[in-house]
Amino acid sequence: MLITELKNKETILSLITGKVFIINCHGCKEIRFPEHEAEALQKELQESGNVTGILTTDYICNPDYLKQRFAKHEAEIEAADMILVFSCGVGVQTVAAYFENKRVCAACDTYALPGYQGVTPLEHDCDQCGECYLNITGGICPLTACSKSLVNGQCGGAKNGMCEVDPNMECGWERIYQRLKKVGRLDALKCPVQVRNYATDPDK
Amino acid sequence: MRITELFDNGEFVVTAEVGPPKGIHLEHLVEEAKTYLSGITAVNVTDNQSSVMRTSTLATCVAMKNAGLTPIYQTTCRDRNRLALQSDLLGAAAMGIENILCLTGDHTRLGDHPGAKPVFDLDSVSLLYAASELEKGRDLAGIELVGEPPKFAKGAVVSPISDSVDAQLAKMERKVMAGADYFQTQAVFEPEKFIKFMEAAKQFGKPVQLGVIIPKSVGMCKFMNNNVAGVHVPDEMLDELRADKEKTKAGITGIEIAARIIRECKPYCQGVHIMALGWESKVPALLEMAGL
Ligand code: SF4
Ligand code: SF4
Repeated sequence: MLITELKNKETILSLITGKVFIINCHGCKEIRFPEHEAEALQKELQESGNVTGILTTDYICNPDYLKQRFAKHEAEIEAADMILVFSCGVGVQTVAAYFENKRVCAACDTYALPGYQGVTPLEHDCDQCGECYLNITGGICPLTACSKSLVNGQCGGAKNGMCEVDPNMECGWERIYQRLKKVGRLDALKCPVQVRNYATDPDK
Repeated sequence: MRITELFDNGEFVVTAEVGPPKGIHLEHLVEEAKTYLSGITAVNVTDNQSSVMRTSTLATCVAMKNAGLTPIYQTTCRDRNRLALQSDLLGAAAMGIENILCLTGDHTRLGDHPGAKPVFDLDSVSLLYAASELEKGRDLAGIELVGEPPKFAKGAVVSPISDSVDAQLAKMERKVMAGADYFQTQAVFEPEKFIKFMEAAKQFGKPVQLGVIIPKSVGMCKFMNNNVAGVHVPDEMLDELRADKEKTKAGITGIEIAARIIRECKPYCQGVHIMALGWESKVPALLEMAGL
């Protein structure tokens, strides 16, 4: 099981720049989703007039379905400056990878609960860390894409873009840097020093 | 003495480094440091370098200090969590060791205990931040320290010759933000690239020490080119090392190359950090040839 919880409202509002397209994923039974809170917040955002559209669907973690799901919303997505995703970390990462040139933000934190983790395709991984970092890393999970799970940027070990631990794996922070550059968000690297909170994990 | 005081006075600061042994006899290391490195401002003591287990850095720092040298306590985030890291920083300050260098550290997988748990609870940036917090009289949990807080010269590293200089600068900026007072660089073999890097790094207003390795042989340089991040020895230099085998073997070619790099870069940086890698005995000759 895992739980997604809304980030606090202030944080979510601070993410929003320009027009926003919203995606809700009410996919798998293994995830507890804060439906009502999310709805209330989205209503508020809609009233401000900056929402180009809302898509509520399931299994956005499966990239094969995305094209078809987004088809009806193409114009709304095109009109948006960013996409705000209400889902677990895997969902946000899949959407971020799909829209290469759009800023994609996570509105939720994903926490771990013991038990069955659901069926997600393996292209993206989420450790359910409880304080999702995707908004400062361009939608690439630093905990699973970096061998040291670093949250403050690249270590000195990458050689030719590859990770020091596994020369067959691209350095996660190199990917994050390139992605932030592409979407014009390198300023995310100026965010305050991050110190992880391990007390969110009920397992350890 | 904190080396930041010297930078503040406009001095050109020369440091070197030693690695503790895998054993309890520190006499040899201390003797060697006293013989060859006593003309140098301070000496880094590495922390289980390359993830190979060795004697404690802090204990070695104390031995160096007792011998009249100024140690720089290198501390990595690979082996200890935030409690241990902060506690050792306080321990260092309590022993009068105020020069520190904060690193993320190599992964455990690369060393001689590949099955060990990699910690990385903090990283270079959050460790610098923790040291800054301790200086303010509180720990990372915000709890007040008892009595006078420590004062450090907080060092960090940067790779000026990496594939992505912009990414390095972004990381450097984060380190400055977290409290880095000075920087030591990865070894430089291409002065033009270093000078270009320094033009961009100037904006942070922090002293930078040029990293220097004395090239020992063609084989060593090729190994570094293939395996060491942020290090690149250009072909002309390899040819130079190939030209006269005896001279290279005696270390003279390497010293000439390193001295030339130092002379070219000196106007653009605030000091030099020499990684002798076993050639400590050649350091005095290098300094002389470089005019330091
Ligand atoms: S940062 Fe990574 S591990 Fe943490 S919630 Fe986001 S996707 Fe999951
Ligand atoms: S090389 Fe990149 S992916 Fe590997 S540990 Fe360092 S920052 Fe992480």
